[in-house]
Amino acid sequence: MQSNAAMEYDYSIVKLYMWTTVIFGIVGMLVGVIIASQLAWPQLNYWLGEYGTFSRLRPIHTNVVVYGFMISGIFVGFYYSAQRVLKVSIGESKFLMTLGYLQFFLYLIAASGLVISEGMGITTSKEYAQMEWPLDILIVVIWVLWGMIMFGLIGMRREKALYISMWYYVATFLGVAMLYLFNNMEIPTQLLSGGLGAWYHSVSMYAGTNDAMVQWWWGHNAVAFVFTVPIIALIYYYLPKESGQAVYSYKLSLLSFWGLMFIYLWAGGHHLLWSTVPDWVQTMGSIFSVVLILPSWGSAINMLLTMKGEWNQLTDNPLIKFMVLASTFYMLSTLEGPIQAVKSVNAIAHFTDWIPGHVHDGVLGWVAFMVFATLMHSAPRVFKREIYSKSLLEAQFWIQTVAVVLYFTSMWIAGITQGMMWRAVDEYGNLMYSFIDTVNVLHPYWVIRAVGGTLYFIGLLMFAWNFFMTATAGRKLETEPQFRSPMA
Amino acid sequence: MFHWLEKNPFFFAVGVFLTIAFAGAVTILPHFNKSAQPVKGLKPYSVLELAGRHVYIKDNCLSCHSQLIRPFKAETDRYGQYSLSGEYAYDRPFLWGSRRIGPDLHRVGNYRTPDWHANHMWEPTSVVPGSVMPAYKHQFTNIADTETAYAEAVTVKTAFGVPYGDDIQPGRAAYEKVLKSKVLPEALKIATQMKNKDLIARVKAGKIPEVVALTAYLERLK
Ligand code: HEC
Repeated sequence: MQSNAAMEYDYSIVKLYMWTTVIFGIVGMLVGVIIASQLAWPQLNYWLGEYGTFSRLRPIHTNVVVYGFMISGIFVGFYYSAQRVLKVSIGESKFLMTLGYLQFFLYLIAASGLVISEGMGITTSKEYAQMEWPLDILIVVIWVLWGMIMFGLIGMRREKALYISMWYYVATFLGVAMLYLFNNMEIPTQLLSGGLGAWYHSVSMYAGTNDAMVQWWWGHNAVAFVFTVPIIALIYYYLPKESGQAVYSYKLSLLSFWGLMFIYLWAGGHHLLWSTVPDWVQTMGSIFSVVLILPSWGSAINMLLTMKGEWNQLTDNPLIKFMVLASTFYMLSTLEGPIQAVKSVNAIAHFTDWIPGHVHDGVLGWVAFMVFATLMHSAPRVFKREIYSKSLLEAQFWIQTVAVVLYFTSMWIAGITQGMMWRAVDEYGNLMYSFIDTVNVLHPYWVIRAVGGTLYFIGLLMFAWNFFMTATAGRKLETEPQFRSPMA
Repeated sequence: MFHWLEKNPFFFAVGVFLTIAFAGAVTILPHFNKSAQPVKGLKPYSVLELAGRHVYIKDNCLSCHSQLIRPFKAETDRYGQYSLSGEYAYDRPFLWGSRRIGPDLHRVGNYRTPDWHANHMWEPTSVVPGSVMPAYKHQFTNIADTETAYAEAVTVKTAFGVPYGDDIQPGRAAYEKVLKSKVLPEALKIATQMKNKDLIARVKAGKIPEVVALTAYLERLK
């Protein structure tokens, strides 16, 4: 990668999304800590009346971290890196700038609307697609605006060939657009009933098993196109940039990209194993989940090998630590997923804590670590200031690493314990445990998980402070740093 | 070819789209019709049950409860006959859930009673010590939105041909009629079985507390 020092880029939109990343991160993870604690100590359900129960708060947690924190972080990465790899500043076009601001403000409205409606219990109930139709329409508009900006920038580009990160951004745009539209086909109930009932209520176009198939086709691929594809875009840009190393293998990038695109969509059936969807869809889901290891590990190994001969950076640059551990957690998570997708394992794992355990080693270890690295690498270039504190960043790294390990180990044990207890039978073949026995046994693991979550949250607060101080009080930089981000 | 694609964003995008759309088309489309057929004798949800289903969604019970009994002996022993695709034919949306912090509820109507639910929803630990389920006391005062439930019944009847009777028609007059002739009497029956004077009084006054609708729905899960 050559240096971009000669060009000036416009970061006004990057800055806006940086703040929403931090704020939504704090809100979303705080709610996460609360609901984890509610399972360990159920009395905590009653501090806010009907709005404070576990069940109302859980979707607020998932939606705010996914659509608030992660998506904001992804937009930071996009608005920052797309300009640079395409060698065009968004500021060159008044039109694209306007679209950018518009997109940001609509995004704020949609995200706040989402939190409010979840709190009030206005929801379609579908995981990661709880938004009712008015919000759905708003989200489609936001997405289309993003597409216009992306292709606008591509149209104006000075660098002819699209860099690898751009492939993944384009794929994110298309994948989410297609899946979102299909999954949210719904009819507002006022339309056909002569205006009766709540205006925001709608009913799904699909019923029962079909609805489940479409929903998990979405749910699974939300994981693909929000937690994976754009995050790979980030690491392909930020790791080489921070380390000053060229991407290890172009061929491997190519193979992993097209492999991922082709295989990912088939694997959705693994959310519905042993359900009433057709057997062959389940089998395909299992098989393709295992095949999915190839492109996933392809990207991760490509990233790790990018550090070849430069491993010393790992010891003295916390941002490299974050990114290398992120790829490692990505490998762990993409091995764990396929194991859970094996039908016999799934019979035990499904419906247990092992599933949220799996999600969190992916999102806390891989996605969030990449988001932190993205913000911190960009900050010195965007604010033209040195990173406020290296030691704070180091401390954050270690606290959060311990937190993730506590989180997923406790959830593994909890999940497998409960899965085995549900099916345990005595010598006469009768079930050995009542359901509540299998709940009460989880208490110590739920406590450990809550502790892990709290530690992670503390790390996040350290990050927020560090970021805030960098933006406002970091030592001024005369010239843009080439590779390694300067930190005090 | 790939090098060429990287320089031609439009064709690149088309290529990506086809690659990702392909799997969905192959796995989802072929079964659409078949998976949607109801089992014999399946009745659509009554308006009261639909209102209860909305409470179930509003309070997001599915964050802790599944409605999908898998075909294993351990599950059928605990919950009853494993679930069939046709049983879900009128479920919009499906409510299978993804985590069982509490037990499966697909056939809970077979082994729990309205007065059990009345006690349990008010204070779960009073019935099952050690339960981590929250108490849902607000459902005893909040009033169920039967109008929206009715609007949904009309919608699915019109749009998807769900076999409701002739009384389910668009418009407020039709709704008021169904409310008086069907929904309230059904609610009164449930409230009486719940053995809670307060609930009975409210229903008699024409207001159906959420918990009554919810219980009607839970009773229907068999
Ligand atoms: C925090 C998780 C949680 C939430 C949210 C939750 N439940 Fe439960 N539920 C449980 C647990 C744990 C049990 C088992 C212990 C018990 O019976 O209280 C249970 C038991 C039940 C039972 C008894 C089932 C049986 O087979 O004995 C019913 C019925 C029930 N819940 C209904 C609901 C409804 C309706 C809601 C939504 C308003 C809901 N639950 C929300 C955790 C939850």
